Amino acid sequence: MTEGIQATIEPYAVPTAPFRPGDTADFGGPWIEQPGDLNRPDISCDSAETQPHANGLIRVLNDEHHASGEWNPNLDAAQLIRGLELMMTLRIYDDRMIKMQRTGKLSFYMRSLGEEAIAIAQTMALDDTDWIFPSYRQPGAQFVRGRDMVSMICHCIGNTEDNIRGRQMPVHYSWKEGYFISISSPVGTQFSQAVGVAMASAYKGDDQATITWLGDGTSAQGDFHYGLNFASVFKPPVILNVVNNQWAISTHRNTATGGKNFAARGLSYGIPSFRVDGNDFLALYSVTKWARERARAGLGATYIESYTYRAGGHSSSDDPSIYRPGDEGDHWPGGDPINRLKSHLISIGAWSEEKDEELAEKIGDKVMAAYKEACKFGDLANGPYPPASTIFTEVYETVPWHVQEQREELGK
Amino acid sequence: MTEMNMIQSLNSALDSLLTKHDNVVIFGEDVGYFGGVFRVTAGLQEKHGDHRVFDAPLAEGGIAAIAFGMGLNGLRPVAEIQFADYIFPAYDQIVNEIAKLRHRSGGEFSTPVTFRTPAGGGIKGGHHHSQSPESQFTHTPGLKVVYCSNPTNAKGLLTSAIECNDPVIFFEPKRCYRGPFYGDPHNVPTWKGHPEGDVPDGYFSMPLEQANIVREGSACTVISWGTMVHVAQKGIEESGIDAELIDLQTLLPWDRDTVVESVIKTGRVVIVHEAPKTSGFGAEMSASIQERCFWHLESPILRVTGWDTPFPHTTEWDYLPSPARIAAAIKKTQEA
Repeated sequence: MTEGIQATIEPYAVPTAPFRPGDTADFGGPWIEQPGDLNRPDISCDSAETQPHANGLIRVLNDEHHASGEWNPNLDAAQLIRGLELMMTLRIYDDRMIKMQRTGKLSFYMRSLGEEAIAIAQTMALDDTDWIFPSYRQPGAQFVRGRDMVSMICHCIGNTEDNIRGRQMPVHYSWKEGYFISISSPVGTQFSQAVGVAMASAYKGDDQATITWLGDGTSAQGDFHYGLNFASVFKPPVILNVVNNQWAISTHRNTATGGKNFAARGLSYGIPSFRVDGNDFLALYSVTKWARERARAGLGATYIESYTYRAGGHSSSDDPSIYRPGDEGDHWPGGDPINRLKSHLISIGAWSEEKDEELAEKIGDKVMAAYKEACKFGDLANGPYPPASTIFTEVYETVPWHVQEQREELGK
Repeated sequence: MTEMNMIQSLNSALDSLLTKHDNVVIFGEDVGYFGGVFRVTAGLQEKHGDHRVFDAPLAEGGIAAIAFGMGLNGLRPVAEIQFADYIFPAYDQIVNEIAKLRHRSGGEFSTPVTFRTPAGGGIKGGHHHSQSPESQFTHTPGLKVVYCSNPTNAKGLLTSAIECNDPVIFFEPKRCYRGPFYGDPHNVPTWKGHPEGDVPDGYFSMPLEQANIVREGSACTVISWGTMVHVAQKGIEESGIDAELIDLQTLLPWDRDTVVESVIKTGRVVIVHEAPKTSGFGAEMSASIQERCFWHLESPILRVTGWDTPFPHTTEWDYLPSPARIAAAIKKTQEA
């Protein structure tokens, strides 16, 4: 044992967050990057051509909510309104669930607050049968694919109608019909699994692509690098995403990498890499559409960093006021994804405050009705739960003798 | 002595060791500025400095490898794995590297790493926040495996784990962080008033590899660790049988002498753990006990354990050993 070590000056760098409670957050004013700064390369491009895109910021909506540039996907008003409705649905749904969590009707919850555009826009840009390997903040993809909200709530509150039989914590949605795979709490595992799924699609020639996301913090896991490297080597139809929302629970993104950004890391793997305004619905849609076209053409993977801000706590168990300024989000120059799309729709004359309020009310009623319907089948606070016998089923394809014996011992 | 819950006593142990040894460093996910998701390291970064208590990138495999390197090169790293369920990305570094360094270098190198990790169920955590993976490590030569159960042994054993020159996996029963758990989720006391909630101040250690006889008895030996020590205590009360309760505390190497002595006295054994039964540490104990005590046994050794299934979310009270199941097993040992 070596005693008496004197480390009087900083022996190695230990990053801290730029702003802590008591500080005034300052992100340097509005984004310098503007729509139109970056071209939309051909889908067959080499990764090197995306060097400016990986180090810049792809935007379509500017701060005045005007859409422009080569990346403008030119969606019609109906598609934009659908995107808005889905994002609003996700937010209102999240609000209801967090309220239910506080009353004990579910054990835990994670909102997508401030990041709604990512799941919604990116899933809208995919084919309906593409595989989805989400991280915690992409449950919204299920709304795009039309999952029954009652079924989603039944999972979260762990009642008798939970399609995964109360086996997982809330927000661990699993939905076969929607090609939606449950996230895993030891985060990051989905990232490289998705590459395997895409390789199987290529093997079968079935034209399904796979999309996966992980957070800035999780990009430190080995799975992140496994995924990028296998995708780089085998070039399957996969879309790899890092959602850089600045925070991993209390850990600032500057502890996840000592590098400048996350997108540029993809270049060293030889994968076209894009850094996108994560609160810009149109930019997200457009870049994902590019990646989907590239996948369809058999040209391989695309890697995307969505630059955004986690507007809420990590989860219902988290109190971010302990480690970041309470009003940090108010200083975020990227705005709110829902407000930005709404303002854009109003600016093109396709929407109004009245219509918006009407829609919010309609969604609120729908969520409340779904909540009441779901609670008919029980909730975590009051039961009933899936029967205890479900502990023993689906461990294996058939129940082996030793598990059967234990089920009989429990006697339920 | 100060009244502490287990979070405070662990914090106190870490504080005293950071003070006593210049080469102790603490790192893990969210342990720095924030002080850990369970607040075990709260205030330590501010007091002892950024480079001694710091956030790691979210990479358990990386955390273990960095700990290996730091420990090899003269530091005494204490790495937190946020939940024991998250330890598996680090498994290769722990099992193939850290555990075997001393042996495969002919004793030339070693790395005195301690992994602290909250384990076990009872918090509605589903299978990724509830597992108790001790037997995945008791099957690994070169490691010591410790499982505390109350504020006092949490502090004393963690101190010894960190000062131990061998690598240690230190399990903390998170269900008991704020109070003992007697198997009834609707009646959860705090550590206030509990004799083990009165914890020595400052530097305090307790020897590893020694079990604690929680309750003396003559009719049956009940062996457990972690949260299940308290559930077993309740089970003994419910059984009405004069059973002896042993808190194993260190699982590898375990205190066989204390157990054997007790079994020779009682002739009957119930082993309680919340991990699955098959290849659980109860299996090892049962085999060893019959090797040593076969002619003293009056009835078969029984195990009350978690089921051989993934840990559930909503139905966790049907999964975890309950006082009723434990009482039934104790009674059954009396039938023979």
